[in-house]
Amino acid sequence: MAKAVLMQGNHACAEGALAAGARFFAGYPITPSTEVAELLAKRLPQVGGTFIQMEDEIAGMAATIGAALTGVKSLTATSGPGFSLKQELIGYASMAEVPCVIVNVQRVGPSTGQPTSPAQADIMQARWGSHGDRGVIALSPASVPECFSLTIEAFNLAEQYRTPVVLLLDEIIGHMREKIEIPAADSLTIVNRKKPVLPPGEFLPYQPEADGIPPMPAYGDGYRFHVTGLAHDYTGFPSGANSTSQELIARLHTKITDHADKIVTFEEQQLADAEIAVIAFGGTARTAYAAVEMARRQGIKAGLFRPITIWPSPAKQLKALAQKAKTIIVAELNYGQYVQEVERIVAGQAKVVSLAKWNNDPITPQEMLAAITGAQAN
Amino acid sequence: MEQLLEKYYRPKLPHIWCPGCGNGIVTAAIVRAIDKLGLDQDKTTIVSGIGCSSRASGYLNFDTLHTAHGRALPFATGIKLAKPDHKVLVITGDGDATAIGGNHFIHAARRNIDLTVIVYNNNIYGMTGGQYSPLTPQMARATTAPYGNIDRAFDLSELAKGAGATFVARSTTYHAKQLAELVAKGIAHEGFAVVEALTGCPISYGRQNKLSKPAALLAWQRDHTVPVEAAARLKPEQLAGKIKIGVLHQETAPEYSAEYGKVIKQAMGGRS
Repeated sequence: MAKAVLMQGNHACAEGALAAGARFFAGYPITPSTEVAELLAKRLPQVGGTFIQMEDEIAGMAATIGAALTGVKSLTATSGPGFSLKQELIGYASMAEVPCVIVNVQRVGPSTGQPTSPAQADIMQARWGSHGDRGVIALSPASVPECFSLTIEAFNLAEQYRTPVVLLLDEIIGHMREKIEIPAADSLTIVNRKKPVLPPGEFLPYQPEADGIPPMPAYGDGYRFHVTGLAHDYTGFPSGANSTSQELIARLHTKITDHADKIVTFEEQQLADAEIAVIAFGGTARTAYAAVEMARRQGIKAGLFRPITIWPSPAKQLKALAQKAKTIIVAELNYGQYVQEVERIVAGQAKVVSLAKWNNDPITPQEMLAAITGAQAN
Repeated sequence: MEQLLEKYYRPKLPHIWCPGCGNGIVTAAIVRAIDKLGLDQDKTTIVSGIGCSSRASGYLNFDTLHTAHGRALPFATGIKLAKPDHKVLVITGDGDATAIGGNHFIHAARRNIDLTVIVYNNNIYGMTGGQYSPLTPQMARATTAPYGNIDRAFDLSELAKGAGATFVARSTTYHAKQLAELVAKGIAHEGFAVVEALTGCPISYGRQNKLSKPAALLAWQRDHTVPVEAAARLKPEQLAGKIKIGVLHQETAPEYSAEYGKVIKQAMGGRS
């Protein structure tokens, strides 16, 4: 039976990973993500799982991928500078199609920045941080209960689409304490990677099925398959053929974009008649709930669109939003990252305004209300 | 050898290595060691980094993982911890293991995790065309050291021992039979085992250092090595310029994945 407890976002994330079936964590301590590691150091061995604190961020990502190849659901957690260090191997996980979860509790950057202050400044790093071209899934929770449920969702998506999935927390959500009712284990939907049906010898480890995703044996299952970060054909072995790179890199994108309708999740608040729509995610959405209510009390037709899936973009929903709202305000804790994606999608169909803040503090409801009333006046 | 080829190699030959390269000899020594120990092919994983040597994983009929430059050891650590009953072998080059992967190398040794690392030491970055590595001898020439390399080289075996490796051995492609025996000892050893295999690179190293003939590289290995047992009886001046081969260090210490097994047992309240 569900029991209500007071819990921190980072802890809810760790508990969500356990509920998803994660049994391996490797990482390196970095503020403000450390509580994810600390709780898993205690909890993983209690369920027969393994925690290891590696020598650096890169090693944390490498060990996570290694464990995932043995069939064990695996994760790492980090923050801005650590996320940068992990990027090469996040790309490796994309290329080799190894399901795993990377929790990034964002802090102010660039560089060491402000370790204990909130930011949402890794939106584009999550999308474009690794070299080369790849499809990306990234999710952003806006509450402690959602830290739990979206961590499960991150694992489900990773397993289903054979891809690394990034959970983009921010310091506000990671360190916030809220009431959460941990659902009963049997009420949860848990997805596991599909296993090969063909026997070893007939099976090609990188041959996609109709959904664009190849089944995945575990090391030790008897398939004796090869995994590489090099461009590879269906056999898994390196190939320099133009057609191989062409098809493989396209599939790393299309296996996600073709299923965007199933992957993309979002929340709408008072948008039905809204003339001014605020787009906000993560900790900033908390401000937006209050600001929209304040605006409504002043008679302004304001509403909120909260992307839960940051990547792939909720393009269809944003295009529809641009048909209804006159002005879209994109509120985020950075110099203006996601606003560029919204501008690209909206393509001039609505006015897009940036409400960006990067001074270590969250956006206040008053600041957001001022942006809404300013948009109303124009 | 034909039986070994059939059983342990994937039908992917010829390999990519240059004529005269010693990497095939080192790889064959690993296969002989695996065969001697009768390892379960489905419970043996071979992990490699990036570089000439690290392509060996692709030729071997096991679960194999060709990772990123320098990162073979942390990938292997994840595999070993998630599957403690598996044997995990790591194939890496001198630049891979001691430059970009140097931090991982010393920490894997410190943990004494049960991995067997075979370092193909050809004293150079071969695949990228002959740049100096941390194991390039001082004053040797490299494409990035056209006036001679002023960097001091690591003694890989001393580095491994100092960092906590519990088995350290060294041999050469000239001593191929001994090399296979040392790899087998390393695999059988429970803990972090390092086997340094001196291998000749006639193209990227040899051409810059008057050793472009494969036979000359093998002769160099013959003339510059001394068995560790014989070395004990030699005077310092007789040992000058000589490289010791054989088992250089072996001790017993708690193994990491087994120790973590105890943590799990404790955390589960004695249940498992």
